[in-house]
Amino acid sequence: MRGKVVIAGVGHTVFGKLEGRSPVSLNVEACRKALNDASISKDEIDAVLVKYPTSKFQSKFGQTVAEALGIMPRIGGVWDQAGASGISMISFAAMAIEHDQCEVALVCMADNPRTGTRSAYAKPRGGADGSGTHGWVSTTAGYAMIARRHMGEHGTTEEQLAAVAINNRANGAKNPNAQLQIPITLDDYLQSRLIVDPLRRDDCCLISDGGAAVVVMSAERARKAGVEKPVPILGFGQGQTSWEVAQRPDLTRTMAHKSGATAFKMAGVSPKDIDVAQFYDCFTITPIMSLEDYGFCKHGDGGSFVSDGGIGWDGGLPFNTSGGLLSETGMPGMQLVIEGVRQMRGEANLQVRNAKKGIVSNQGGEMHTHSTLILGQ
Amino acid sequence: MDDDFPLPEVDQTNKPFWDGLSEGRLLFQKCDDCNYSWLPARQECPKCLGANYTWIEASGSGVMTSWVVYHTAFIPAYKDRLPYNVAIVKLAEGPQMATNIVGETDYSNFSIDHPVELAIEKEHGVNVARFRLIGAE
Ligand SMILES: [Zn+2]
Repeated sequence: MRGKVVIAGVGHTVFGKLEGRSPVSLNVEACRKALNDASISKDEIDAVLVKYPTSKFQSKFGQTVAEALGIMPRIGGVWDQAGASGISMISFAAMAIEHDQCEVALVCMADNPRTGTRSAYAKPRGGADGSGTHGWVSTTAGYAMIARRHMGEHGTTEEQLAAVAINNRANGAKNPNAQLQIPITLDDYLQSRLIVDPLRRDDCCLISDGGAAVVVMSAERARKAGVEKPVPILGFGQGQTSWEVAQRPDLTRTMAHKSGATAFKMAGVSPKDIDVAQFYDCFTITPIMSLEDYGFCKHGDGGSFVSDGGIGWDGGLPFNTSGGLLSETGMPGMQLVIEGVRQMRGEANLQVRNAKKGIVSNQGGEMHTHSTLILGQ
Repeated sequence: MDDDFPLPEVDQTNKPFWDGLSEGRLLFQKCDDCNYSWLPARQECPKCLGANYTWIEASGSGVMTSWVVYHTAFIPAYKDRLPYNVAIVKLAEGPQMATNIVGETDYSNFSIDHPVELAIEKEHGVNVARFRLIGAE
């Protein structure tokens, strides 16, 4: 089904501190904009797939969003893979469309952890095993634990972690829609305070209110409907480790190797064919390890890859061209899909010239879940 | 403040673990059917899914797989302990657990796969399994 389904429209709210805006309202705004972008009516939507807001669980949230949209879809509901949900829902929509289960899907996410509650991010990992008693709390600490192991096993340095932050912040600084438009130097990075050693403030994604949505339909339907710039989905894949960080057999392997292999195979391409990349950068260690597991460099070499020109505008892989989670918005992943779409349409703010194929990486939990999307033209 | 301290939630499944610690022993579960060993407490073996297991006393030796040092108190109860460490220890028998390393605060002496040994400590009246580096002062 390579290329048979397209992303026909994208939309997002502004990102940052959006006082008084509920996740439902942010979802509706993002969907309205995605529908307008695709130039289709909401009456054509027969699937509404939603990521529930991480900061506050709500039962039947998919139905709540569909109600606010005034849509009674054939397929609807919430998909929970944390930050991998966006691409996974797009994949599900593509498969459902291919098999005539629905025709046009809205896939969306929104949250307000900045002005609302974000206690979910700091909660102890279960109480029964005494994790909280040992002070083993927070998502940041989970990634710090992984980063430390990677540093110990592969010699990854804080300067190499910084290379990711410097690249993404530089791109975000040029993005007028980015929540944080301040570039950083290595010195800035090294002076930023430790949150959970070895991770510093500048290793950590932003906390943002905001919403984003995409419209998915068949390439044929997009052609008939006259969608201006449909972006074909060439490949997708998923992978999961289920172990909590403390239980994981290998801390330096992400499920990007599984989700990437599936997506590359489906798309019939390999990392060397990729012109532009949007990687989930919740923490700087994440894209370093995802690059390894996708095969852009060897296992363990992600640190030197990012610091020695493997990413960036000087002959490297143009990377997180709108700033990613470190700079554009901390929203868990859909903004990366949207930037991937913009690059394929040729209308990105920092457009990669002649970009023909783009990859988007989503992942969630503490590297529990992973999903990959390969887009074309 | 201390009222907020996150004490372990003891339930029917993990009670032997906490009872063991209160008697100075670190216990883990071992499957009667496939011999797989694990922590934290579960009602089924995550390898063969059988429900027959025995609580076994750990030797107390293991290695530190990784560690972090908190400079932020995500829960108020830990505010006065900053900076504090959390480590992952893999027991010689196989099970892994999140814990704390005691007796050493010079983190330049920490390294991945450093050998450790059990050091049970009382925390808010409850015995918890912590570890110390072997070979450290
Ligand atoms: Zn078993």
